[in-house]
Amino acid sequence: MDCLAAVCQMRPRLGVLPENLAAHHAWLDRCQEAGADMAVFPELSLTGYFLRDLTQEVAMPLDAAPVQELVARSKDMSIAFGMVEVSRDHRFYNSMVFAEDGEILHVHRKVHLPDYGIFEEGRYFASGDGFLPVESKHGRFGLLVCEDAWHLSSGYLHFLQGVDALIMTVASPARGIDTEEPELSSHGAWRTLSEAQALFFQTWVVRANRIGFEDGTMFWGASAVVSPFGKTVAEASGDQEELLLQRLSSDPLRRARMATPLLRDAKPDMVRRQLAQLLQDPDALRSHGKADLT
Amino acid sequence: MSSFPPPPGCNVALSEGVLVQFLAEETHRIGMKRAVLGLSGGIDSALVIELAARALGGENVLAVAMPYRESHPASLELAKESAEHAGVPLEVVDISPMADAAFAAADDLQDTSQEQVRLRRGNIMSRLRMVTLYDRSARIHGLVFGTSNKTELLLGYGTQHGDMASAINPIGDLYKSQVVALSRHLGVPQDIVDRPPSADLWEGQTDEEELGFTYDAVDALLHRLVDRRMTAERLQADGFPADFVEMISKRVRLNQYKRRPPLIAKVAARTVNLDYRYARDWGT
Repeated sequence: MDCLAAVCQMRPRLGVLPENLAAHHAWLDRCQEAGADMAVFPELSLTGYFLRDLTQEVAMPLDAAPVQELVARSKDMSIAFGMVEVSRDHRFYNSMVFAEDGEILHVHRKVHLPDYGIFEEGRYFASGDGFLPVESKHGRFGLLVCEDAWHLSSGYLHFLQGVDALIMTVASPARGIDTEEPELSSHGAWRTLSEAQALFFQTWVVRANRIGFEDGTMFWGASAVVSPFGKTVAEASGDQEELLLQRLSSDPLRRARMATPLLRDAKPDMVRRQLAQLLQDPDALRSHGKADLT
Repeated sequence: MSSFPPPPGCNVALSEGVLVQFLAEETHRIGMKRAVLGLSGGIDSALVIELAARALGGENVLAVAMPYRESHPASLELAKESAEHAGVPLEVVDISPMADAAFAAADDLQDTSQEQVRLRRGNIMSRLRMVTLYDRSARIHGLVFGTSNKTELLLGYGTQHGDMASAINPIGDLYKSQVVALSRHLGVPQDIVDRPPSADLWEGQTDEEELGFTYDAVDALLHRLVDRRMTAERLQADGFPADFVEMISKRVRLNQYKRRPPLIAKVAARTVNLDYRYARDWGT
C-alpha cells in the first residue's frame, strides 16, 4: 500500500447541487495537481447536512448525471464523496460513493443514523445493512459515515476483514465551550475516537470533516489522518477550507501488527458464538451473570 | 446563595472564534455585509458589538443608542464608550417623542397598577427600539444582530418582538456569566463589565433585584438543568433549594411560548414549520 490521500475539507452549500458539484470538480483539480491517489470528501458533500425536507429533493439515483460526472473523474484518482442516494424503490440513503478507474467500486449506505439532539437522520433516511470493505487498487478501505464510527462494531467488522485504512467521512457539529479544555468537546471526542480505533484496529484512519455553518451550527473541520499506532499525524484547521495530504503506506501497518498481533489473536468465532447466544436468549445470559459460553 | 456550585465555565478563545465566524458566515452567505444593533450601555450589547466589529469590520456595523428621557444618563455614556472601543459608528435616537406618543395613545396606562404600567411602558419602549433598528437595517441593507443571552431567553426575561427580535444572535447560547467572561476576554470597557445588569426601564432597576436571584446562581442551575439534564434530586444534593429549582423550572416552561414562532392551526398536508421543514439557510 502506497497511497497519497487527499482530504478535501470543504464547505458544501445547503441543498445547492450544481454549485457543490462544481466545487467537487475544483477540489479534484487541486488533488490532481498535488498528485493525490485518492480524494476523500466529507459526509453529504454534494448536498450539505441539515437537509430536512430537502433530503428527498436533492436525492439522486447512482446513474444520475452529476454522480456519473464525478465517477468519470475517478479515471485519474480514486474518489470518495457523499450524497443522498435514492433507490429504485424510493428509499433514501445517506451514502458514500467510492469510485475508481471511472466506475463505482462501492457504495456504503450509512448504517447508524443519529436521531437525537440536533440530529434527525432517522426521520429521513433508510439505513444501510452492513460494512464491507472497498477493494481499491490503493489498499483495502473500510468506509464509515460519521455515526457509524461511534459504534465499535462497525470498525471491528472492517478490522476482521483486514482493512488498511478506515475512511471516516463526517459532518460533525461543534458543541462544548463550557469547559477549560483547549478544544471543542466534539473535536476532542472525535480525536479520541479516531486514535482509539486506529490503535485497536491497527489501521490508518482518514477523517474527513466539513467546515462552515448551517442554521447557526458550526462544523468544526480538523480533518485528520491517524497512523496505525494511534497517533494523529496530520490535522487540518478548524475553520478553513483546506486540502490535507498524507501518504498512507504499508510499513507502519506491518510494524504495528508485528509488535502487537491483534488481528491474528482476535477471536471472531467466540464473538459470533456469544452474540448468537445473546440474541437468542438475552435474559438467560443476564440472569446467569457469568454464563459458561464454551 | 453563596453555597451554590459555580456557574458554567467558558472557553473564551474558542467562543470568540466560533461566534465571530458565525456572524461573518451567516451574514455573508445571504449576500449582506452590514449589521445594525442596539447599544444599551449594558454588557450584552457591548459584547455583541465587539464580536460584530471583528466579524464584519467596524465600518460595516451601525450601533444605535436609543435613550428615553427617563433612561439613566450613564447608559448613553457607556454606549458611546463601547461603540468607540469597538470602532463602530454610533447613531443616537431619542425615542422619547415616539414613546410618549404611544403612552398617550394607550389612555388607560395611568389607570392600571404600577407594576402593570411599568410592564406595558417597558414593552412599548422595547418594541419602539425594535422598530427603529429594523428601519435602520433597511436603510443600510444590514441584518439586525440580537443581544439576548441564554439566561434571558430561558427565563423569558425579555420583550417578545422587542429586544428579543433579531435576524441572528451570536450570544443566545451563552449564559450571562459566560457573557461576562467573554466580555472581559474581548476587552469590553471595565465600567460596563462592572455595572450591575439592568434593563434601565425605570430608575434604579437592576436585573438581579427584579428577578430575585443572582445571575451566577441561576446560571449554575440552568446549566445543570438544561445543558446537563440533571435530576431535581441531584440538584438538591448539589445545594440548590427545592423551591428555587421548582420556581426556575416553572418559569422556563411558562416562557416557552416566547421562544417559538406562533402556533399555526394545521389543516393541510404540509404546514409551515411543522411538517414543511427546511433550514433557514436553505439554498445558501
